Amino acid sequence: MAELSTKQYISIRLGNDLYAIEIKYIENIIVMQNITRVPKAQSYFLGVINLRGEIIPVMSLKARLGLEKDVFTPTSRIIILKPERTAAPVGITVDEVNEVIDLSDEDIETLTYDDKEVKAAYSLGIGKYGSDLINILNVPELIGKDE
Amino acid sequence: MDVSQYLEIFIDEAKEHLQSLNEHILVLEKDPEHTDTINEIFRAAHSLKGMAGTMGFKKMQQLTHDMENVFSEIRNGKMKVSSELVDVVFKGLDVLESFVANIQSDGTEGDIDCEDIIKSLARILNEGRGGTGAKTEASGRVSAQEIIAAPEANPKEKFRTLKIEEHEKKAIAKAISLNLNVVGMTIYIQEYCVLKGARAFMINRTIEEHGEIIKLYPSAQDLEDEKYDFDYSAFVITKKTPQDLIEYVMGVSEVKEVVADYIYLSEEELNHYLAEIKRDELGEPSLKKAVDADALKVGSAAQVKQQPSKPVANRSVRVDIEKLDVLMNLVSELIIAKNSLVVSSNAIRDQLESSFFDQIEYLERVTTNLHESVMKVRMVPIESVVNRFPRMIRDLSKSLNKQMELYMTGEDTELDRTVIDEIGDPLMHLLRNSADHGLEPPEERIRKGKSPVGAIYLDAYQDGNNVVIEVRDDGAGINIDKIKKKAIEKGIVTEDQAERMSDKDFTDLLFLPSFSTSDKVTDISGRGVGLDVVKTKIEALGGDIEAKTIWGKGTNFIIRLPLTLAIIQALMVMISDEKYALPLGNIQTVENVRSSEIKKVSGKEVLNLRGDIIPVVRLGEVLDCPKGEEKDDLLIVVVKKGERFAGMVVDKLLGQQEIVIKSIGKYIRNHKIISGATILGNGEVALILDVNPLI
Repeated sequence: MAELSTKQYISIRLGNDLYAIEIKYIENIIVMQNITRVPKAQSYFLGVINLRGEIIPVMSLKARLGLEKDVFTPTSRIIILKPERTAAPVGITVDEVNEVIDLSDEDIETLTYDDKEVKAAYSLGIGKYGSDLINILNVPELIGKDE
Repeated sequence: MDVSQYLEIFIDEAKEHLQSLNEHILVLEKDPEHTDTINEIFRAAHSLKGMAGTMGFKKMQQLTHDMENVFSEIRNGKMKVSSELVDVVFKGLDVLESFVANIQSDGTEGDIDCEDIIKSLARILNEGRGGTGAKTEASGRVSAQEIIAAPEANPKEKFRTLKIEEHEKKAIAKAISLNLNVVGMTIYIQEYCVLKGARAFMINRTIEEHGEIIKLYPSAQDLEDEKYDFDYSAFVITKKTPQDLIEYVMGVSEVKEVVADYIYLSEEELNHYLAEIKRDELGEPSLKKAVDADALKVGSAAQVKQQPSKPVANRSVRVDIEKLDVLMNLVSELIIAKNSLVVSSNAIRDQLESSFFDQIEYLERVTTNLHESVMKVRMVPIESVVNRFPRMIRDLSKSLNKQMELYMTGEDTELDRTVIDEIGDPLMHLLRNSADHGLEPPEERIRKGKSPVGAIYLDAYQDGNNVVIEVRDDGAGINIDKIKKKAIEKGIVTEDQAERMSDKDFTDLLFLPSFSTSDKVTDISGRGVGLDVVKTKIEALGGDIEAKTIWGKGTNFIIRLPLTLAIIQALMVMISDEKYALPLGNIQTVENVRSSEIKKVSGKEVLNLRGDIIPVVRLGEVLDCPKGEEKDDLLIVVVKKGERFAGMVVDKLLGQQEIVIKSIGKYIRNHKIISGATILGNGEVALILDVNPLI
């Protein structure tokens, strides 16, 4: 029997669109800093950063979703995520971090995408928040597996 | 009685005993009369039985009890070692190992059925007891008896008829308890020898190089005064075997003949003296000391100590691996902090007195030493991994019906603990490969003019900053043409490409997944899954592997593993506008070279460096860096891998630095060239390059 659950998300902006990440995946949000390029990495990985002595890989969320190229501004942030409690952290770059919002499952509509749409895997559905539509991101899929 | 707290100790010690049993039974198989080994086996089995009983593991206790019985009979000379017995014992050991494995994983012995083995052991015991009672007197070596002249003993072995004094028996007991051998020898010198005194002195000195002489007859003084005919006897405590000692002494000139054999005490005497020794150690007075002085003088040779001699086993402490890891991390952090300190101090350099920099240097020396010490703590001899291989080869030898021998060297070469855990499986696979595919069946070997016994060599040694492990066999070698054909067949390379490939390129293909030149898949290997897994595992440890082969002569797999894991000396360089670290370990020189000196050979850039032609690698291109402008002068860092060299083009040298290696994690696709990252003094991240794959 499905219970009506309300979850907390952080709403972020990429370009002109809003996305949401469930709070349980988020470790940390930090300002943009120097990212050291890693040659021969996947194209959506910008490189690595030093976070208090720990080396953390950083992914461009826009690149991962196949959107336009990153242009970093003073509002750009790096969100450090952990797809699982025991997994290693990964950072993603976003244009702006907005606020914490509550969404219940009934506010979220799962859409059926064309199988060919790669992006389909990364989305858990579209949420309605006030007058806005927010794309709920599927973090484990987004981050991928520790290879 | 709750014994669960002792479980860990039980498991560790049980494993040690089982390993010891495995090794000794292998020895026994080749030399069934080796009484030393038999004693050792009996002791290990006895201990195991006791331990199992205390912990309440009845099945284990039962099995070890039966095995102990068999060995007790052998020890008393009432039974002989047969190859059937050895097989059964090995099976028993396997079962015991499974028991211990079960205990380790879920605390109980499990349900393994050892009925057959118990029955076999019982049968052997009965047959042995009934039939061979009478034979023992005939066998020249009788263990666990008083030293009496056995009826058929060699009359030349005069040492057997010597009376052994109390203190000497005590020394013998002590030696036995320390797992040392006690060897009795009688040495005959040539009749034409002139200076008998000097000759005896030289012989004794030779013996003293390999052990301790605890008894001489005639006495040392008499020998010096030449008050002996042409022979004398000695008792020696040593790690060597009687055979070894015979060889050493025969190497001295004017020695006619040497006979030697082990000396034993009966069990009662042994226990009696061991108890006495224990009392001594606890500080109770011993009356014997005065007697020792003159009986044991051997010219200028060392005095025999009556105090307990240094234990042979390492004085060691069992340490939790996690504690070592914590220690290692802390040392790494310390080095990073030190580096940051240096960088920060550069900003106010002028305001700082020179003594500040002296202190920094001192701090660096101390941290380097600390790091080295911690690294040494984590290092473990490779022996612990390879000691199970002789047994494995023996089993393979039987199951494949091929005669083979395993020769190992460098077992004391040390590797980091984490590497040791991972290296066992790949090595095992390579050995099985050699046994299964490399070595030919005995008939074929004879036809080829080789000895029917195949030889597999496992050598480990240090080479610069690496540990090298070679697995060699003198078997059939790998057919390069076959690889070529298979590769073309599978579409991995085209015919044209194949023409231009070197032998090394072909052997590298062997490490591709599902590449196997074996015509059939055996249970042991040949499925084409193995070598690529081996390579992956080794590369995960930061090492690499290559194969060398000569058709008809044999194959050699060379594994290279980095010695230090976390902290290294590196050369910081700029490539384009990015900072990179090159480990100093394999850097030979840095050269300034005119751009015009670089030539192209078969489409690849090379440089003539003082007579040697070395390939040139443009790191900027390899790392997809933005292309800079063409320069007239190039900075080339010459690196070495084994016997090969290569020149790496960099844009600027920044200096040498001690860096901490940090992993970049598993998300970013692992590329062989990037071996990690480091945090520089100013907080920047620099990537560490491993140029080995480029050579």
